[in-house]
Amino acid sequence: MCKLNEVPLGATCLIKSINNDIGIKRRFYDLGLIPKVEVTSLFKSPLGDPTAYLIKGSIIAIRREDAKKVEVELI
Amino acid sequence: MENIKITLMGNPNVGKSTIFNALTGLKQHTGNWTGKTVDTAMGICKYNNKVYEIYDLPGTYSLFVHSEEERVARDFLCFNKSKVTIMVCDSTLIERNLNLVLQTLEITKNVVVCLNLYDEALKNDINIDVERLSNILKVPVVVTNASKGVGINKLMEEVEKLAVKSINESFITTYDKDIELSIEKLSKHLENKKININTRWLSLRLLEDDKTLIKSLNQELNYDIYEDDELIRLLDKERKEDINEKVVSQILLNAKNITEACVSYNNKNYQERNRKIDKILTSKITGIPIMLILFLFVFWITITGANYPSELLSNFLFSLEEPLYNLLSFLPDFIRNTIVYGGYRVLAWVVSVMLPPMAIFFPLFTILEDSGYLPRIAFNLDRFFKKCSACGKQALTMCMGFGCNAVGVTGCRIIDSKRERLIAILTNSFVPCNGRFPMIIAIITIFFVGLNNTFTSSLLSALLLVLVICFSVFITLIISKILSKTILKGMPSSFILELPPYRKPQYLKVIVRSIIDRTLYVLGRAVVVAIPAGIIIYILSNVYIGSLSILTICTNFLDPFADLLGLDGVILFAFILGFPANEIVVPIIIMAYMKSGVLIEYESLASLKEILVNNGWTILTAINFIIFALIHFPCSTTLLTIKKETKSIKWTILSFVIPLFVGISLCFIVTSVYRLILLI
Repeated sequence: MCKLNEVPLGATCLIKSINNDIGIKRRFYDLGLIPKVEVTSLFKSPLGDPTAYLIKGSIIAIRREDAKKVEVELI
Repeated sequence: MENIKITLMGNPNVGKSTIFNALTGLKQHTGNWTGKTVDTAMGICKYNNKVYEIYDLPGTYSLFVHSEEERVARDFLCFNKSKVTIMVCDSTLIERNLNLVLQTLEITKNVVVCLNLYDEALKNDINIDVERLSNILKVPVVVTNASKGVGINKLMEEVEKLAVKSINESFITTYDKDIELSIEKLSKHLENKKININTRWLSLRLLEDDKTLIKSLNQELNYDIYEDDELIRLLDKERKEDINEKVVSQILLNAKNITEACVSYNNKNYQERNRKIDKILTSKITGIPIMLILFLFVFWITITGANYPSELLSNFLFSLEEPLYNLLSFLPDFIRNTIVYGGYRVLAWVVSVMLPPMAIFFPLFTILEDSGYLPRIAFNLDRFFKKCSACGKQALTMCMGFGCNAVGVTGCRIIDSKRERLIAILTNSFVPCNGRFPMIIAIITIFFVGLNNTFTSSLLSALLLVLVICFSVFITLIISKILSKTILKGMPSSFILELPPYRKPQYLKVIVRSIIDRTLYVLGRAVVVAIPAGIIIYILSNVYIGSLSILTICTNFLDPFADLLGLDGVILFAFILGFPANEIVVPIIIMAYMKSGVLIEYESLASLKEILVNNGWTILTAINFIIFALIHFPCSTTLLTIKKETKSIKWTILSFVIPLFVGISLCFIVTSVYRLILLI
């Protein structure tokens, strides 16, 4: 188990749970970021943050602080 | 016969605006990024002798409201009963789009699902069983490639069918037994209330305690649920903690199952090419330099390309002056002079000097926008904005500000947090809009590059312009930071931004359309603002009180203060008169310098330079002019938009005062330092 922000670039992980921060949780849900979904960490911004993730076919940029709220398992 | 109302909705950036344009023939501005359409637009579509009113809603990911656009979209669906709803989906992202489709089907059954960008899906080996999808959802499904106009007729065919005969039963998400029981009880109560909203859906939202909907119900239908004792009692009994999560998960699960049943992805790595481009455009080493080079390139083309058409337009417009003058011979001399040497000359000047750069810059920028590059700018720069406790999407609203600050201010709706949105609104005018670009370019060329019109000199102008833009971004960041430490205190909130796939812009269409649009826009503004301004300034400089014209009295009055800023009274006065539109600032300055209030014919930048230098302009004046042009106060249109967006006099006044204060301070500091150095 680790946090989404700790997933190395290029690696894929499975979402376990999302921290109970209601605002961000809903945003994540809208984008299909829900438990049991596969997420791949793609690339970082030139300044190191945010990071772009591949989620169900679309690329979503998420800040480190927000990615910390997602528990994942590397696969 | 009454017009038939049609709602157009869907996820952000699925081509809704393109469909809207294809249906209505309107020219809603389109772009490849999330949040392009922030307001509801309406257009008319005639099909088979019937008139359809098409309402284009802002793109939303869901109808569970947590932002302004989502509220607008949901309330529209709920309260503005349209006959048919067209759900536009991105064929390459079916699952996520289905999430919204399933939520919408809970409110209205009369839906046509439109799978747009279908060719992109085919190209990426995504196979969609359209018939099966239609059978599962029990609504018609149409495939389109809106940018090429493919499928639009079929879409209207289905819309027409549903307009005549509504769908009675479509796919409905079923929830846990517990929830279903609660829905049943509430529905029974609500049905007696005769509310014209799907009671099943309304029950769910009330169970979730959706405060925004409760408020809207009260406003739109005059139904205050808190006065309905029985309902409140029911809700107290039936409401459960985690109901919202269960509902959301169930819908997402259904979207997933339906997608698995209807869509097959044969090529798992279909975004390979996109990712290769992204690696270059967002990498640590090349990301930011490429961004600067792109801007440099756009500016360079603008500067080089504008010279010749400027001259041509000027020759043409000034050649019309004499015939016009003769035509008006029936008028008294003073009025005739005022109209021709005041109004018409300023108009001709604004059109010939301002129009070409705008008409070149705008399509170039639109191409950049269509390609999907702009969200990458926000991605690249987000860290800076986070450090200032602001949102990276502010970079997008700043980009919109290049076109027009009023548009940039409206665009700030894409920022979810209210605090961060206000920061973006208050600082938007620091980005030079299309109306200010040409004058900044002119001054840069005259005073810092030279007029020899070679390849290197135009490149140098563009380079300096990039520096000026970097400066304005820098000021924006500083002020954003100061705002978040003072009157808009707070921590950065979350930032989640979709990076759309790169798409090939429709070059020809974009260029033709934006040149026409820009030309009309500039001409419109020129007629409305430049002519009256020209007339006013002519009168001011030709009506004398004692031995001085009113204009001289005004500028003399401003002179001492302006001198502290390294400017002069005329420049300051021109910015004040330029409040309705910055395009007229330079012509006013020239008219005032000519004393008689007559604007010289625009021949070349050389003649402009001569006038400015003869009236005491130095490098210092030029620097301060550029600073003040960047940072003074928003134009009247922008201010009105700020008032509309913030619904607050306080923020409107602050958005006027803050840039003015910053601009004056900067000019004062620069001037004092410069003069101090000269003393030593």
